[in-house]
Amino acid sequence: MIRLIDVYKEYDNGTKALRGIDLRIEDGEFVFLVGPSGSGKSTIIKLLTAEVTATQGRVIVNGYNLNNIRRWQIPHMRRTLGVIFQDFRLIEKKTVQGNLEFAMRTVGASGREMRKRIPYVLDLVGLKEKADAYPNEMSGGEQQRVAIARALVNNPRMIIADEPTGNLDPKRSLEIMTLLERINSMGTTVLVVTHEKDLVNRFSKRVVAIKDGEMVRDGQGGYYRV
Amino acid sequence: MRQGFNIGYFFKEGFLSVFSHGLMSFAAVCMIVACLIIMGSFSLLAMNVDKNLKQLEDENEFLAYIDESYTEYEINKLSEQVRALDNVASVKFIAKEEAKAAYLEGHEGDGLYANIPDDVFRDRLSIHVVDLSRFTETVEAVKALPGVAGHRAEGELAEGFVAVRNAVTAVAWVLIAILAAVSLFIIANTIRLATFARREEIAIMKMCGATDGFIRGPFVVEGLILGLMGAVVAFVIQWAVYAAVCRAFVNSGAVTLFHLMEFREIWGRVLSVFLLSGAGIGAVGSGFAIRRFLQV
Repeated sequence: MIRLIDVYKEYDNGTKALRGIDLRIEDGEFVFLVGPSGSGKSTIIKLLTAEVTATQGRVIVNGYNLNNIRRWQIPHMRRTLGVIFQDFRLIEKKTVQGNLEFAMRTVGASGREMRKRIPYVLDLVGLKEKADAYPNEMSGGEQQRVAIARALVNNPRMIIADEPTGNLDPKRSLEIMTLLERINSMGTTVLVVTHEKDLVNRFSKRVVAIKDGEMVRDGQGGYYRV
Repeated sequence: MRQGFNIGYFFKEGFLSVFSHGLMSFAAVCMIVACLIIMGSFSLLAMNVDKNLKQLEDENEFLAYIDESYTEYEINKLSEQVRALDNVASVKFIAKEEAKAAYLEGHEGDGLYANIPDDVFRDRLSIHVVDLSRFTETVEAVKALPGVAGHRAEGELAEGFVAVRNAVTAVAWVLIAILAAVSLFIIANTIRLATFARREEIAIMKMCGATDGFIRGPFVVEGLILGLMGAVVAFVIQWAVYAAVCRAFVNSGAVTLFHLMEFREIWGRVLSVFLLSGAGIGAVGSGFAIRRFLQV
């Protein structure tokens, strides 16, 4: 569950990125966060992953109050999230299996847990046969599915996808979004940050629109309109 | 998901990293070797100076002249009193005849020394001190005893020895501290370059929920391994250099003035100090190097 209560964020250089954002996302929801470039979408992601702190207001993520979270608690909070980026951020010198093992090892998973979980997740994203492939041997869509698998492998409560289809063609974008919808149907909360109108309009989901750091619209089953 | 036992993972990743970043590892080892050899050379110099000064200290003594009216029984009693004083290492009674014989030694047949009467000399106690820095204090304590008619002590010489030893020790420590700090800085920068190339991996680990300790672990092990490798290489080179210096010293004939310790007397100490310093510099340096990349 995410709660943003009257959140303001001003960076050191004076940029006012967010102005009084109020947002509540319940467990199990699928939400699109839309808005033009520079509207404050990425700042919201950074707030949720504790990369930056709010200048004013409260931020609560999966039970962690990020206003007064201790440094040692941040990794534990992040384990409740799976983050997907536009540029995939896979480790090129590791295979698909290696990338997932890397993610699991960082949270102290045992070899037995890895052997059990990784094939399941690769099957879920449709890459069971690609476990030994390297990222540079795969298409953009496949690489993004590896990134989704990595985000899922530690069984997070929420997936945060920051422009997950930004580097993909429309067909692959649709595949990725359908995969995220499937993951959501299995109980994982999904927050997708995007500015792709067609894609948002195709899925009848909750749409939260941001413009100039302010929330201008929040509609269930809505479509892209800022 | 439980937190697993990470030591095996740290060592595996640390070892792999040493070899996968070969050039950087080579540079780091070279820096550690250079710093350890410079530090080691200063330490060996300080150790040798200290040992030679200690030997000079051991030869240091002062004389307490005994009241001429004292009987043999009273002299024995006075010797016991001196021996019981704090900081007195040994006391030796020298009769006036013995003192005269020692004085005349080497001047046999010299007319100037021929007719010195026995009563010019006094019975005396030759006293060695334990701690040269308390020399004056000990002389004063002996002087205060009844039956001590006078004394001869080279207090200034003793204080000079103490001053030289303290100065050499202080300079050596300051140099070692400066060199250790410089080494730490260089190693931190060398490993920071290696870390910079892996900042993306670190960012991914952070996003996956890795703790700072988990991320730092392999880098610290890498620094530790580089430090130990550097220590072993530095030890071998230091050995060769020290042996060459010793040979040159013996050939120059200066050995009568200054006694150099043999490497076999000190190799254990040198190796353990090198291993500890190398491991410490490597581990702490890499720990510092990665700090900036953990601020995500």
